[in-house]
Amino acid sequence: MKSKLNLDPAKVDHARESAHKIAQSMQEFIDRHTTVSTERTVLRLLGVDGVDEFDEPLPNVVVDQLLKAGGLPRGIAYWMGNAMIQTGKSPQEIAEAIGRGEMNITELEQAPVKEAEEKIMPIVHDALAKIRQQTAKRNEYLATIGEGKRPYLYVIVATGNIYEDVVQAQAAARQGADIIAVIRTTAQSLLDYVPYGPTTEGFGGTYATQENFRIMRKALDEVGEEVGRYIRLCNYSSGMCMPEIAAMGAIERLDVMLNDAIYGILFRDINMQRTLVDQYFSRVIIGYSDIIFNSGEDNYLTTDDAYENAHTVLASQFINEQFAVLANVKEEQMGLGHAFEMDPDIENGFLYELSQAIMAREIFPNAPLKYMPPTKYMTGNIFKGNVQDALFNIIAIWSGQSLQLLGMLTEAIHTPHMHDRYLSIENASYIFNNMRDLGSEVYYKEGGIIQTRAQGVLDKADKMLSEIVEEGLFSTIEQGKFGGVKRPRDGGKGLEGVCVKDDAYFNPFIPLMLGGAE
Amino acid sequence: MADCATGTAIAQVDLTKIKPYGDTLNDGMTELAFTLPVPYGDEADEAARQLVRKMGLDEPNVVYSKSMTEGYTFFVVYGKCQHTVDFTTIKVAKVEVDVMDRLECAEYIKENIRRPVVMVGASTGTDAHTVGIDAIMNMKGFHGHFGLERFEGVEAYNMGSQVPNEVLIAKAKEVHADAILVSQTVTQKDIHIQNLTNMVELLEAEGMRDKVILVCGGPRISHELAQELGYDAGFGPHKYAEDVASFVLTEIVNRGMV
Ligand code: B12
Repeated sequence: MKSKLNLDPAKVDHARESAHKIAQSMQEFIDRHTTVSTERTVLRLLGVDGVDEFDEPLPNVVVDQLLKAGGLPRGIAYWMGNAMIQTGKSPQEIAEAIGRGEMNITELEQAPVKEAEEKIMPIVHDALAKIRQQTAKRNEYLATIGEGKRPYLYVIVATGNIYEDVVQAQAAARQGADIIAVIRTTAQSLLDYVPYGPTTEGFGGTYATQENFRIMRKALDEVGEEVGRYIRLCNYSSGMCMPEIAAMGAIERLDVMLNDAIYGILFRDINMQRTLVDQYFSRVIIGYSDIIFNSGEDNYLTTDDAYENAHTVLASQFINEQFAVLANVKEEQMGLGHAFEMDPDIENGFLYELSQAIMAREIFPNAPLKYMPPTKYMTGNIFKGNVQDALFNIIAIWSGQSLQLLGMLTEAIHTPHMHDRYLSIENASYIFNNMRDLGSEVYYKEGGIIQTRAQGVLDKADKMLSEIVEEGLFSTIEQGKFGGVKRPRDGGKGLEGVCVKDDAYFNPFIPLMLGGAE
Repeated sequence: MADCATGTAIAQVDLTKIKPYGDTLNDGMTELAFTLPVPYGDEADEAARQLVRKMGLDEPNVVYSKSMTEGYTFFVVYGKCQHTVDFTTIKVAKVEVDVMDRLECAEYIKENIRRPVVMVGASTGTDAHTVGIDAIMNMKGFHGHFGLERFEGVEAYNMGSQVPNEVLIAKAKEVHADAILVSQTVTQKDIHIQNLTNMVELLEAEGMRDKVILVCGGPRISHELAQELGYDAGFGPHKYAEDVASFVLTEIVNRGMV
């Protein structure tokens, strides 16, 4: 299809090629390393769950023991397989014994690596089969009760109490929402463990725990059957426990997960080496589980200027896309992020936003793009806020966005109240219905404002990517080129949890998931 | 129609008794929007009306109601406010200082302080929002107002976000800060109150509270709140580096910290 924006396909290809080189060069680094969270994820997939008497999650208890004993470079899969050979127990029983202080996993007699791997494989296959069952269940729902039209209406709940969240989420679904994201409590991303059990207290959000996932999944399945639409559930595979939460999401049938290769580095000051290694396994899991990931480019526009630095969003989308390709994520799962965040006082701002939204659609034609609403320039004037959100919705339907994170008129004040969500769903439904086919009716003036803007942004993104190829991603981040935020390579949180793998290391899930097993 | 003829229909405002204005002085017109945890229906509308009357609004009129989900109804209600307020006796806690611009601040430091003024700042506790503190401290500033890093005579250290209070205090000690600037954006469940209070307690425990000028800011921070919590000043939206700098510099001189 010819570009309505007259984008040069050669330039798009070149930018993509650069992003591929960037991701590929990072992949070499990633493949040499593992992290505590990656190993805890292996444990969770092997069925290790629960807490010890001090409420410390068992995956942490086991991996901490391994780290202290210097056994991390071999990977937990070996040690667990070996412990099963030596004790005849299951991974959960072994973890519990370690939790009670009765076992030291590195002090057992050591079987050859091959034998440990053989021992663990049946459990690995069981785990994958369970995830496959969840995928089948989702597909069954989609085939029977169906789903909403795109752009999906995507809203958040954030009461802090999972049971209150259920009330708000079911209300939103009845009002027309297609995706419910349970926002995480402030600072969970910096916890180096995933809390356990149902939770009723949080700030600006609710803890992501496996039990909370289960409670919300059940509530959304119920309301989905009631309203005759599959309601997707979203949470955050990000922060210090990125891959663990991806595993929990896969097991509990989450449909959408926030997951960005760079976000944690810039916006949570998590160490870049840690994040890049963690994001890989998390994306492999997400890819395997048919979950749509959402990348977080929109956030750059809160710390940086949305007009001046639009190209950083596009550059980052290319990079996120290529990281996803390496993790075998299908295009249909790539919820690349972008946002409507320009200063509302800019003359012709709407034209620039429209141009960029169409550009994203043309460059990533099959990706379920995640379009984020105005947030930074929302104010206490909620009435104007509703208009800002309306302009955003017009662009979404016009340019064919896929996942529409609905703007809230109260964005500058508090996390959404029940009727805020209703008003925003009404706003979007009205506009989407009223303007459904506008996009296919319109062409843009040759060399006009809209075409010129998109060409300019693509140009700059392509140049930026070429520079990153030269300098490397780590040093680009060190220089503050994304979001205007500078992060040192050895700075930030979580570097102590990264190590180089030894020669006998294996993670049984990665090759099987990449190969699409079961 | 005498009023029409003379053109003096508009009543004078009595500032000792003000109430909301719609299109006629003292009509008291007020609009409200809220949800009640009751099922949609005539009883729900009546409940909203009664409630609004109790809030002090006469002739409550439910102009819109809508079921949000089983057991919850949303309302838009109009009413005429019965209460009045005496505007002439209103007092608001404000930062009392003559605001100097960036160059005037530099001049003031040269003349009155004659040494570099050190300020450390951060978005503290679990708060990850940096845009506010960056607006105040970073070179670039915000909305055309340069930040403290651009101020001659000021040494500004911006520690970023999610900085524990202890770490901010340690930095203040290390660089002999004159002022500590705390930013708080997340206010859900009053998390900012806990965190801001904890900061004051820690400074007191360290015997440092009198030795530094302690300032906080953020979208939901007022000067009054800041003072209640034991801060010297608080700055909300539309405040920039020059407001903070003017306050801090003046305090340094007033307190004899020169
Ligand atoms: C940008 C943004 C983010 C970005 C922040 C990026 C960054 N590096 O800062 C990201 C996406 C990371 C983010 C994350 C979250 N956010 Co946020 N975010 C915003 C947003 C859209 C804009 C805030 C902003 O930048 N304003 C611009 C600055 C310049 O304004 P300002 O902070 O008021 O600063 C001015 C004054 O207040 C003052 N000032 C500020 N600090 C100081 C300090 C001193 C010393 C002085 C003198 C003056 C001063 O000077 C500044 C210039 O005038 C607001 C919504 C909104 N429109 O306000 C939500 C908002 C603040 N976020 C919110 C929430 C809940 C969160 C999360 C907790 C969500 C979650 N559960 O994950 C997380 C934070 C996690 C954490 N650990 O804190 C809520 C807060 C609700 C509440 N009242 O508690 C808001 C209101 C959105 C909402 N409706 O839910 N957020």
